[in-house]
Amino acid sequence: MATVEIRNVRKAFGPVQVLHGVNVDIADGEFVVLVGPSGCGKSTLLRMLAGLENITSGEIAIGPRVVNNVPPKDRDIAMVFQNYALYPHMTVFDNMAFSMKLAKAPKEVMEQEVGRAAKILGLEALLQRYPRQLSGGQRQRVAMGRAIVRNPQVFLFDEPLSNLDAKLRVQMRAEIKELHQRLRVTTVYVTHDQIEAMTMADKIVVMNGGHVEQVGPPLELYDRPANLFVAGFIGSPAMNLVKGGPGEGGFQAEGGAVLPLPQSARGEASIYGIRPEHIQLREDGIPATVVLVEPTGSETQVVARIGETPLTCAFRERVTARPGETIRIMPEMGLVHLFESGSGRRLAA
Amino acid sequence: MSATTAPAWTKPQQQANWLVRLFDWKPFLAFACLLPAAGLLLVFLTYPLGLGIWLAFTDTTIGRSGYWVGIENFQYLLEDPLWWNAVFYSVFYTGIATIGKFALGLWLALLLNNHLPFKSLLRAIILLPWIVPTVLSAIAFWWIYDPQFSIISFLLVDKLGILDNYIDFLGSAWPARFSLIAANIWRGIPFVAISLLAGLQTISPSLYEAALLDGSTGWQRFRYITFPMLMPILAIVMTFSIIFTFTDFQLVYAITRGGPVNSTHLLATLAFQRGIPGGQLGEGAAIAVSMIPFLVFATLFSYFGLARRKWQQGEGND
Repeated sequence: MATVEIRNVRKAFGPVQVLHGVNVDIADGEFVVLVGPSGCGKSTLLRMLAGLENITSGEIAIGPRVVNNVPPKDRDIAMVFQNYALYPHMTVFDNMAFSMKLAKAPKEVMEQEVGRAAKILGLEALLQRYPRQLSGGQRQRVAMGRAIVRNPQVFLFDEPLSNLDAKLRVQMRAEIKELHQRLRVTTVYVTHDQIEAMTMADKIVVMNGGHVEQVGPPLELYDRPANLFVAGFIGSPAMNLVKGGPGEGGFQAEGGAVLPLPQSARGEASIYGIRPEHIQLREDGIPATVVLVEPTGSETQVVARIGETPLTCAFRERVTARPGETIRIMPEMGLVHLFESGSGRRLAA
Repeated sequence: MSATTAPAWTKPQQQANWLVRLFDWKPFLAFACLLPAAGLLLVFLTYPLGLGIWLAFTDTTIGRSGYWVGIENFQYLLEDPLWWNAVFYSVFYTGIATIGKFALGLWLALLLNNHLPFKSLLRAIILLPWIVPTVLSAIAFWWIYDPQFSIISFLLVDKLGILDNYIDFLGSAWPARFSLIAANIWRGIPFVAISLLAGLQTISPSLYEAALLDGSTGWQRFRYITFPMLMPILAIVMTFSIIFTFTDFQLVYAITRGGPVNSTHLLATLAFQRGIPGGQLGEGAAIAVSMIPFLVFATLFSYFGLARRKWQQGEGND
């Protein structure tokens, strides 16, 4: 196991800058998720960590050693690819034993190591099959088994669940997390799915356009997003972000609504953020016209309009209101987020 | 709810006319669809092949329709040293040329699979030897191998001074045999290289990345990833290549015409030699027919030995 330090790393493909000075510190045994929209550079950063892309400038250290010029095979890492990259002409056993075969390990060692990994992942019965004969989830497990066999310092996962169906994804998510808790190997996991990031990570790195937007534990990102991007990216359904400014009796939204402001709020706030789940139904609330009702069973999502300002709300209680009717809603005062409009920075509220 | 119910009404069955019904009848439809292709094959493939085989069992000569002689032609061939010579050279020519074509073609394909400047232009240039009509390139080789004007001799003797005498490429048996093989390799490389390049491009780059992380060297990646994954396409390309090489005619006929002293006759050129200029149509046909077992064997070998691997199949096999 090892720490990973990424210091001021930049990457350019020709004239195109994809990473603009990224800094991330990963502690020993930590599960770090790099999350961001497509094209934000998260996969590139992972591939640089793996040694599959070279580093334009900056430093990457695994443990005490700077690995900028260390070839991938000597970095002591194992990677699970998005498409699994299983060797189609080899059985599951051969796939998992391949690294040892290349290192000319004796057969008993190979059998022992592959057996151990297969046992962890429940693959014992499949060792003689070819990848073609496996389901998506099984292939995913073989790919992880191949990584486990290596006994690496760091596991790298590149969007490993994006080829699975929704149900299997939830299951494999739990399996990967459980595996990490068992093996306690430093893990860097790339995904564009914020739910995966929230549920699995010890620490999330939110990236956007080649910059790191915020680094922190999942709930800190949820509770105190550092800027508008993180606020909008983390959480589902996404946070309501309302433009406007402080006015008489609260926050004067551009659409005409007046929303309650916390006492401590300073004057320059120009974007008002409230998560759908932090809006309550209250008798003394602000009247809002229902536009859309989406019951999901556990909660009911409602889009309602105050004046011209639409707000998405998520209520735990069953809402019987129909579109066109009026409900009374109220943001929870302590959970309001305020941002500057220009920089998008969070205002300490 | 009103109490009235709609009167029972069903859409009347439309009686289709006999033509429509005929085309709806599956056996007829299959027959009708197969007819054009089957017709073409019958006229242009089965008829000449059948005629050739029939001629092989007759003593037909040019200008005289022959009589059925059974396997007499073949018995004669078995005692004919020229036929044995052609069998030997056909196998030798095919074997050496195939090895050469595949070694160089694979190497070229691997090179072209890299990121090179002007990649598409290079690939187009590679195809040239294959696009040029064979007879044209054969004539070029004829010049290259000319005892007096050969550019190779010119370079080696006059320019570099490595040799003292001009090489007599086509004047004696073995140099002529190898010269023809070299020409055939030159002509065959593009087909092999481009086909294998197509095969190489189907191999996912992430496999190489995974192998890189697994600690492989360049040779190990070729040995354990590229080669086995290329095997299916290699087998098919090799089958075709063997068939084309074994039945080659143009190169040999244009450069040596089977000479010197019949040493470079392939079965195809010998068959032509006997059948058309020699007039012995029956015997020529018998020589041509004698190629069939070799070709069937080569095809079966590739088909069963190399083509389909277990890992390519989907279900089953557990």
